Amino acid sequence: MSLDPAKLQAVANLARLSVSEDELNQFAAKLNSILALNERLSLVDTTGVEPLSHPLELNQPLRHDLITEHNQRELFQKIAPLTKAGLYLVPQVMDNE
Amino acid sequence: MHHKTLAELSQALKNKEYSSRELTQYFLDRIKQHDTQLNSFITVTEELALKQADLADQRLAKGDAEALTGIPLAQKDIFCTQGVKTSCGSKMLDNFIAPYDATLIRRCNEAGMVMLGKTNMDELAMGSSNETSFYGPVANPWDLERTPGGSSGGSAAAVAAYLTPAATGTDTGGSIRQPAALCGITGLKPTYGRISRYGMTAFASSLDQAGPMARSAEDVALLMNVFAGHDPLDSTSVQKEVPDYTADLKSPLKDLKIGLPKEYFGEGLNPAIAEALEKAKAVFAQQGVQFVDLSLPHTDLALSVYYILAPAECSSNLSRFDGVRYGYRCKDPKDLEDMYCRSRSEAFGEEVKRRILIGTYVLSQGFYDAYYLKAQQVRRLIRDDFTKAFQSVDLILAPTTPTTAFKLKEITDPVSMYLSDIYTLALNLAGLPGLSLPVGFSEGLPIGMQLIGNYFSEATLLKTAHQYQCASDWHLQFPKNF
Repeated sequence: MSLDPAKLQAVANLARLSVSEDELNQFAAKLNSILALNERLSLVDTTGVEPLSHPLELNQPLRHDLITEHNQRELFQKIAPLTKAGLYLVPQVMDNE
Repeated sequence: MHHKTLAELSQALKNKEYSSRELTQYFLDRIKQHDTQLNSFITVTEELALKQADLADQRLAKGDAEALTGIPLAQKDIFCTQGVKTSCGSKMLDNFIAPYDATLIRRCNEAGMVMLGKTNMDELAMGSSNETSFYGPVANPWDLERTPGGSSGGSAAAVAAYLTPAATGTDTGGSIRQPAALCGITGLKPTYGRISRYGMTAFASSLDQAGPMARSAEDVALLMNVFAGHDPLDSTSVQKEVPDYTADLKSPLKDLKIGLPKEYFGEGLNPAIAEALEKAKAVFAQQGVQFVDLSLPHTDLALSVYYILAPAECSSNLSRFDGVRYGYRCKDPKDLEDMYCRSRSEAFGEEVKRRILIGTYVLSQGFYDAYYLKAQQVRRLIRDDFTKAFQSVDLILAPTTPTTAFKLKEITDPVSMYLSDIYTLALNLAGLPGLSLPVGFSEGLPIGMQLIGNYFSEATLLKTAHQYQCASDWHLQFPKNF
């Protein structure tokens, strides 16, 4: 499996990264050398091996549903790029009509 | 003053030989004097440090000081520090003043430690040479043309150059141990979950672990006593009692069994490093340690597994950087999509983008089973190799890195760069603790030895390293211009 520039463009869109034409070719070559590392994995027989997603295989701890945090909106919004009336502002998504 | 250990500094503070303010000012002056050569700090927090030092002096005067009250340390810029810039080495967070403290920072503050500043690092902890930092590379104090390693390169260089008595690091694939080895200091990556990850910018959440970097195993043990412990704010933090890591340091190593995995001593290992490890083994043998040859057969797959799992987790974690709530936002976005894309593309560096793209690809529809699932299955095989090995040995000995510090700009190909972590990655996949300590020099550059332990065996690792350091003086060498 390898990444050609067109496929890479689709992946970049999914990742919300804009990549120029020049960059696409450079990235594709380097990414393919990284993906080539993985080819040897396909040679390993993993029939019946459970995937390991967490090294200690612990269960998620449960806790009582109590309020432990207080509202710190002003503090958190002080570092936001753009806010108004306690809301985060982004470019308009819907038309006015 | 700067060549003293943490234990010695602590004793001197308690004996009133000098105050924490004097000690802090001394290291701040050293940073001012020397860091222009190294670039190991992104932010120096002089005012805050002196304030914390005064508070520590009050505690010392009242007699309610803890072991490390009044001791200065540097924090890797990956940990959120309230009111202080927390850049993570990225343009994305260049304007980010953390609104809260990471748990590790809180624990240091409560212990009365003094933060000198925030250290330079590879962008978002992705790199092995500190060259991916938005703030420029860090120089290795042993040779200013060479890398200190990464991603905790700033911390390692600052400790090695005696600009701070200790520092924090984080380790996802070797980012504490590799720079510790290249800079000739002692660094510990604890068992996954031993130290809270709350407030530590996430790279690959199932692999990330914070740990101490200092000049000796004894100093690292003192720091572990402050850092380790359960944190309800981190759901992967382990609920397990924390021992006193200094308690066992002086016990003899007689009858300790150390395994030698043949896969870690094969082709690709620099002969000077192999020779230094032979000499270190002789030191252990004199102390009654027994060596056992063993095999970790899936070792050569660790790199492949790591470079699927780490980018996959990174691509998911880094989706939070969208220019909406904090961090960089591009100028004049024409719509929401444009804002996301340009904010991310303008603020992330090349290595970070590469890992996001790989991660997004391996998780995308149609490829999940072939890449991600397969890698998780092989991850179990790698973990099982270690589990089996630890049925017959107490520890495993290996090199930390295949080479000594390479030159800045020497490695431009990503896969070659990834190979510098070839001996460290497998532990992160297995979640095991590992410690790197200096065991010699080759052409004036430090050589690191890695000790790998079973889960939660940090005390044994530290004891073994301490006993080695009692019988050697590699950890006491210092770069002559500092």
